Amino acid sequence: MSPIWRLLPHPWLTPVLTLVWLLLNNSLAPGHILLGLLLGWLIPLLTWRLWPDTVHFHRPLTLLRFVGRVLWDILAANLNVAQLILGKPERLRPAFFAVPLDLKSELAIGLLANTVSLTPGTLSVELSRDRHTLFVHGLDVPDPDAARAEIKRRYEAPLKEVLEP
Amino acid sequence: MLEALLSLLILAGAIFTFIGSLGLARLPDFFTRLHAPTKATTLGVGCLLVASAIHFSTQGEGLSLHEVLVTLFLFITAPVSGHLLGKTGLHLQLPRLGRQDDEDHG
Repeated sequence: MSPIWRLLPHPWLTPVLTLVWLLLNNSLAPGHILLGLLLGWLIPLLTWRLWPDTVHFHRPLTLLRFVGRVLWDILAANLNVAQLILGKPERLRPAFFAVPLDLKSELAIGLLANTVSLTPGTLSVELSRDRHTLFVHGLDVPDPDAARAEIKRRYEAPLKEVLEP
Repeated sequence: MLEALLSLLILAGAIFTFIGSLGLARLPDFFTRLHAPTKATTLGVGCLLVASAIHFSTQGEGLSLHEVLVTLFLFITAPVSGHLLGKTGLHLQLPRLGRQDDEDHG
């Protein structure tokens, strides 16, 4: 690593932390912007040992589309789960199923697990020790194979494209 | 007009939060119950936060965007707590309903 990147180990984290600081303070005063930038620079510098790999986002458009899709799915998930709760709980077909992972990095797997938990009727409950399989619990799954394929196609594929091309 | 919109959002938020809690009582086993608080409640709190952002942004003190952060933290923490609870449930081998095709795991 060249010296300049050693001073800025996570170029993405700095603007994100600055933004979080400004939102926390609900202010755009120059003082807060400066303090935010300072924190955004110092925090990654002090904590880089926790996440030694620099993250690269490839294909920002795919990333944006993915975020939009997840937000939409969260909305749908909420309505869907609300409907299931108000319906007849005896009719639910809950199931555990395993999703074999193509993703390798911790960040990508973590993002996938979070996404799965936030979206329609599925909850990630366990990652196998070799990190090759994610165990998912579905609230109402008539067909586990279809659900597995859906997760791989809808969420894993774009994440792989963005984080591990 | 604005007040009507805000009331509607708050009402929707309350209803969804209530449905989430209702799920805890109505759903049959531990793992299905996990779904209720991690999902239905997200939209409930979301509605309340949108209402809050609109209300405080129209008070004349400039934009209020705190709420975006609350949403973000919620989206990060809800799945994590759900995951931990689910993991614990698996290790304690709580009774579960439905199909289970993968018994042996790490």
